[in-house]
Amino acid sequence: MENMNPETITEKKSEITPEINPETPVKRIEDSKFRYTLREMKRNKYAYAMLSPYFILFLLLTAIPVMMALPMGFTNFNMVNFPQWVGVSNFQTLFMEDEVFLLSIQNTLVFALITGPLSYALCFMLAWFINQLPGVLKTIFTFIFYAPTLSGNIYATWQLIFSGDAYGLANAYLMDMGFLNSSREWLIDADLILGVVIIVQLWISLGAGFLAIRAGFQGIPRDRYEAGAIEGIKSRAQELLYITIPAMGPQLLFAAVMQITASFAAGDVSRFLTAFPTTDYRAHSIMNHAFDYGSLRFEMGYASAICFILFFSMLLANWGIKKVLGKYLDS
Amino acid sequence: MGKKMKLRVTKRKRLSGSVGGDIAIFLMLSLLGCFMLFPIYLSVVQSLKPPEEFFIFPPRMIPINPTGQNFEELFRAAGNMWVPFSRYLFNSVFVTIVVTVSQLIFASMAAYVLSKVKAPGVRLLNRAVEIALLFQSTVTFIMVYMVMAQLNMIDTYFAITLPFIATPLSLFFMRQFMGQIPDSMIEAAHIDGAGHFRTCWQIVMPNVKPAWITLIIFAFTAAWQITGWSYIFSESLKPLPTVLEQIRLSGIARAGVGAAASVFIMTPPMLMFVFCQSNVIETMAHSGLKE
Repeated sequence: MENMNPETITEKKSEITPEINPETPVKRIEDSKFRYTLREMKRNKYAYAMLSPYFILFLLLTAIPVMMALPMGFTNFNMVNFPQWVGVSNFQTLFMEDEVFLLSIQNTLVFALITGPLSYALCFMLAWFINQLPGVLKTIFTFIFYAPTLSGNIYATWQLIFSGDAYGLANAYLMDMGFLNSSREWLIDADLILGVVIIVQLWISLGAGFLAIRAGFQGIPRDRYEAGAIEGIKSRAQELLYITIPAMGPQLLFAAVMQITASFAAGDVSRFLTAFPTTDYRAHSIMNHAFDYGSLRFEMGYASAICFILFFSMLLANWGIKKVLGKYLDS
Repeated sequence: MGKKMKLRVTKRKRLSGSVGGDIAIFLMLSLLGCFMLFPIYLSVVQSLKPPEEFFIFPPRMIPINPTGQNFEELFRAAGNMWVPFSRYLFNSVFVTIVVTVSQLIFASMAAYVLSKVKAPGVRLLNRAVEIALLFQSTVTFIMVYMVMAQLNMIDTYFAITLPFIATPLSLFFMRQFMGQIPDSMIEAAHIDGAGHFRTCWQIVMPNVKPAWITLIIFAFTAAWQITGWSYIFSESLKPLPTVLEQIRLSGIARAGVGAAASVFIMTPPMLMFVFCQSNVIETMAHSGLKE
């Protein structure tokens, strides 16, 4: 807001602003920045009124709790006594002594590097393929791929599929077809857990990002494609490159942020699907570690420190995405 | 109007690409679709199996004698509780409607201002929302609890509605779509004498219909799954998912009843989704107001 110069305001001003007189620009420049801001605020009072219902709730129930949680990382807080300031000792312990935390960073990175880009590519490819189909099929397939998110808490079924005894579906059918000689402990065997968790995570990952891209496709006006066809666009690939992607920058960015956030903050799948914590901490993510300390051991200070680190790594990842996507999408 | 729309749809049929490509895409999507639907199909199958069929080897994909027994048992258990089942249902429906409607209205208005109005502070709020989107944490819920306790909201309907309305996701999502509306359209509306409020609802919203219909799907799905575990203690205020979970975990719990509960819970969002999606596709066949 500070680098907005008075000229653009003159252009933008509408009929609601009788107090800004375009014939006396000299006087406006003399105004102090503070008075200028005040007047701008007054001019936009209806806009602020439109912001207020959302932002009052946002401030109270999202922003304030987050701001209260961040300093908690520098304290020792067991939820009974008043938080006790301990400086950076939580962070010291995390990086110097807590081997499980270091392992969880490694797991989260491996996990995020696989599920993040893969689920993003899936979101985009599937949404695009679906968009190629005629009307009713579009609805049906969008439904099918979004169904896992709609179904909510359905981990019990995955437990049934990957159950360790012979009644588990994966075991039963793989043994029936001769791929396995004896049943495998899919959810306990340290070598298998991470793979299983990644499969289930991918299954559930076509969420908000996928629907946003679908909606983005739906919002591209038809005449652009018609114009493209006249201009000589022949294949689907050309259509995608020259018409579709350039029109979808904001949706692609939204989906990227959603998928990255989801893969960094993953933890629910392994928590609900497997025993907690997983064998040898093989699928133990940073969020799992925070859950462990926050919700099981009630060491809120330590848990906050973990969330703090996760938050900053996500900020970094987010910044990276914007850099990369910004180059291509100009958004 | 309807006639014209149909005409355009048939004309659109194939601008680029081949029928062979269509079929290949269809086959590939069907294959992947089976993988996506399989666990859901399985939970439906489980909910229809009588208890003795759970131990047939190898496990069957189709129940031999499908039965409504699990659902009956679920509702019998639900009917025996000292708060009537209809009360839980009402709680869930009430919470879902309040959260969905207010999320849609609040987020749309805020997104309009954040993307289309240049006022002091707007840039700051934009940043704040983007950052809040990244902060998912098991520790904030304690702080949310503290704030709500200060405001005497614990164990009221406020506790299971208000925290779920102003989600960063909904605002960020709407903002991304509204940013694509050309500024010239907004200016034209202002010149014609429309204030911000009218511009938002009468000019911008009709042009981002796929966005707000999708937002309804997000909001509805999330709101329907609100449990309020730590914010609600009175039995009469608990929403449905909490109660079904209680039934599933309590003494009468069996695999079949659990599956019945999850099938029952997943049905309304799915119906809502199909209703909303078919609506989007129909309307967008004849809109092209973007520049």
